Amino acid sequence: MALWDKMFAIDRRWVYLALGLSVLISLKIPFSIPVPVSKEARNIYNFVDTLKAGDAVHLAIDYDPSTLAELHPMTLSILKQCFEKKIKVVITALHQNGPGMAAEAIDTAVARHLARTGEKKINGVDYVFLGYKPYPSLIILGMGQNYRIPFPTDYYNVPLDSLPMMKKIQNYNNVKAILNISGTSATDYWITYGNGRYRVPLAIGVTGVMATDYYPYWQTGQIFGILGGLKGAAEYETLVGTPGKAVDGMKVQMVAHLIIIVFILVGNIGYFAERKRRGQETL
Amino acid sequence: MKRQLPLLIISVCGVFMVFQYFVPHETSEFLYEFIALDWPPIIGIFALTLGIISLVRVSFTKIRKRSPDWQFSIVTLLGLIAMIVAGLPWFGGQKSSAVQWQYQNIMKPITATIFSLLSFFIASAAYRAFRARSVLASILLISAVIVMIRFFPLGPLTGAVTWMADWVLNVPNLAAKRAIIIGIGLGIISTAMKVILGVERSYMGRD
Repeated sequence: MALWDKMFAIDRRWVYLALGLSVLISLKIPFSIPVPVSKEARNIYNFVDTLKAGDAVHLAIDYDPSTLAELHPMTLSILKQCFEKKIKVVITALHQNGPGMAAEAIDTAVARHLARTGEKKINGVDYVFLGYKPYPSLIILGMGQNYRIPFPTDYYNVPLDSLPMMKKIQNYNNVKAILNISGTSATDYWITYGNGRYRVPLAIGVTGVMATDYYPYWQTGQIFGILGGLKGAAEYETLVGTPGKAVDGMKVQMVAHLIIIVFILVGNIGYFAERKRRGQETL
Repeated sequence: MKRQLPLLIISVCGVFMVFQYFVPHETSEFLYEFIALDWPPIIGIFALTLGIISLVRVSFTKIRKRSPDWQFSIVTLLGLIAMIVAGLPWFGGQKSSAVQWQYQNIMKPITATIFSLLSFFIASAAYRAFRARSVLASILLISAVIVMIRFFPLGPLTGAVTWMADWVLNVPNLAAKRAIIIGIGLGIISTAMKVILGVERSYMGRD
């Protein structure tokens, strides 16, 4: 088999091996790449940054462990910023496998804040975790009327009326924005019902493959910011000044993309060589 | 009556939901709270029960007949039973340590792993699919490469590549996405109208 033929039809197992090795090696080698911050990410950061202490935002954590690598760093960075700015956070998880992720993110953010500042953030005072209820569209509409309709108690079965933070929060009118971190179609519901029906400002953090779907809403102003995939997460980590797993993961993603581009180039060189050879044979 | 009653229920509920969306009156909100928030979960519980019964029957049949990969059905049933039992109120409910353990140590790594494997298939598919066979395929290939290399530190070229990637995302991508979204929206409206007016009845089955 000629070299061109080999380039044209590399066994997929070689592709897998090359990608796997490149990811492993780049994880082990300590280097970093610059993370330029996009306008979409900066808009979210600036919005939260201009809020006053005591203001509230709604953080909708709608993903499961499958999208953990891309979305968890976004959640942690946003919680860090909110905790530092003393912004109250109402948290929901409208994915059936989401409450575990949300609870873990909250615990991690609270522990990190305690270690960093010595200040303990308390459930019901600084943040409220409402947990999960099925049928996201109905729950989003219900919360627009009153958080107590779908969630009479929080995740830990404490009545909302007994939580100090919730005394001033009835519905979306009492939160400055909804920040939706999602790996599911819940984002569509937040756009349609949260922003469309109740006009509450909305920003989203979604996986890389989902991000392009939401640019039309960004351009029309229905959402005021997008964090797209690992890059979006890395941008927000950079903005809040705590480079973490997302920034670290960018180098791995870059190397993986480089390997894919190399294979695409090799495939095309093989393809053109093969076409040229066939053309000569025909003549 | 067997057909008219479901059609009437669907029609009334559909019209109610349309009006409720646009009428933020207290009565409307009360009815919404009563109808929309309470009834779907009740119906959902019955659907879930049916789903579980169906899963158990299919799995048992596969095991009994020793169908291909029947061993996986045993794992499915064991997983189902383990999660249900661990979540029973006597064992601490949904937040019990047994449920949390299964979530953290089984479900979380499995789902994360499955999703991670996607990158290998994407790499293989990109190698095979992105061939400059025609003008359109070449445009697709160039767009993909531009969007991918925007992550690279390219020194003085970074600004230009970022601009090109943003242009691809914000102009051609956005135009196509918007057309799709508008098409889907119109499709949803027309299907909803057909269901509300009783023209579309296939959801009721053949009987």
